[in-house]
Amino acid sequence: MIPSDAELTENGLDTQTPRGRILLIACGALAREIVDLKAANGWTHLDLTCLPAKYHLYPEKITDAVRATIAKHRGDYDDFFVVYADCGTGGSLQTACEELGVKMVAGPHCYSFFEGNDAFAAKTDDEFTSFYLTDFLVRQFDAFIIKPMGLDRHPELRDMYFGNYEKLIYQAQTDDPDLTEKARKCADRLGLKFERRLTGYGDLTTALKEL
Amino acid sequence: MSDEDEIILSELDDEELVQQMFDDLYDGLKEEIEEGVNILLERKWEPYDILTKALVGGMTIVGADFRDGILFVPEVLLAANAMKGGMAILKPLLAETGAPRVGKMVIGTVKGDIHDIGKNLVGMMMEGAGFEVVDLGINNPVENYLEAMETEGPDILGMSALLTTTMPYMKVVIDTMVEQGIRDDYIVLVGGAPLNEEFGKAIGADAYCRDAAVAVETAKEWMARKHNSVKSA
Repeated sequence: MIPSDAELTENGLDTQTPRGRILLIACGALAREIVDLKAANGWTHLDLTCLPAKYHLYPEKITDAVRATIAKHRGDYDDFFVVYADCGTGGSLQTACEELGVKMVAGPHCYSFFEGNDAFAAKTDDEFTSFYLTDFLVRQFDAFIIKPMGLDRHPELRDMYFGNYEKLIYQAQTDDPDLTEKARKCADRLGLKFERRLTGYGDLTTALKEL
Repeated sequence: MSDEDEIILSELDDEELVQQMFDDLYDGLKEEIEEGVNILLERKWEPYDILTKALVGGMTIVGADFRDGILFVPEVLLAANAMKGGMAILKPLLAETGAPRVGKMVIGTVKGDIHDIGKNLVGMMMEGAGFEVVDLGINNPVENYLEAMETEGPDILGMSALLTTTMPYMKVVIDTMVEQGIRDDYIVLVGGAPLNEEFGKAIGADAYCRDAAVAVETAKEWMARKHNSVKSA
């Protein structure tokens, strides 16, 4: 059973009794997507543990947390796969993975691998004024955007944060009209134009399929 | 903290007023800061003293508490906004009164990056420390930096990036400076959330600055070295 989004944000997801051969160490923001992919593809060789999704806001915590998780489960699995891209770690996660002999998802962040790293890179010149949200971030918009940026207490700060952005692109992993409507409201709150783009799971599927 | 509503700034003596301005900066109270600046001007304080003793002094406390995890970005932004209000009053007066100028800096966010909160904080604190700052804004290709260095003749080039995808562009700028034989004419400082000291060294910058306060201190140190080397040359 998948914990609530709030639980995934604060505490992540603990792995259950080891069953598979490979442990996926993922961002809590990807839990639902990975569980869905596992179920749809019958990937019983993969177990999942998630770090708190709130590390999205504190990327300096990710690398050490991944190291600690691998150390904790070293004897339980044949291999590990880190379901993070660089995600603001400035290359330190990649370096740690190389040291530990484990692989990770390619790309700069989840917005890129959901879109497909090559496709995302090709659009960079046109879209660097875009602010991205995924399904998880739309659901957790207040927890990840409004509250940590202090916009609930100081809405006047909005343009200091978002004044240079032009558009909010909602990268939809699932086709959910309610979520689309919520994403549109997020764009309104930030004073940005809105675009919805159905990406599905993009390169995440490819990366997990290869394991 | 006491109830601000009961405090009448004009009734405070100078020392109390400066302390109160520290508190008001900390709390991001722009109007109160503007009022405090005007009161000190009426009391014949030099604009430079107001800037350094009241505003920079207050922002230094804000910067230290941010570094120590006591304050967070929203509070720093509010404080910066309040300081900006005070600076807007002082800036023209500083120019008129011939306040000391420590050096000149050209600063900008690199190509493909629109994030400017950190850059703006650095620019403001550098101004507060007596540097003349030319702000190139966001999304700057190498040509913008080169042109500004040529026309403005700064001592320091500052580059900022928030994204791991855009920070490598700093190396493009520095490599171009090397190719054109002008790299050593400038102090190059870099900063931004995903950067670190190792990255700064790897791309050939003079220093990586982790926050605005460090940027100011680093800039002053490098300016002193520059003066020393000019003197001994």
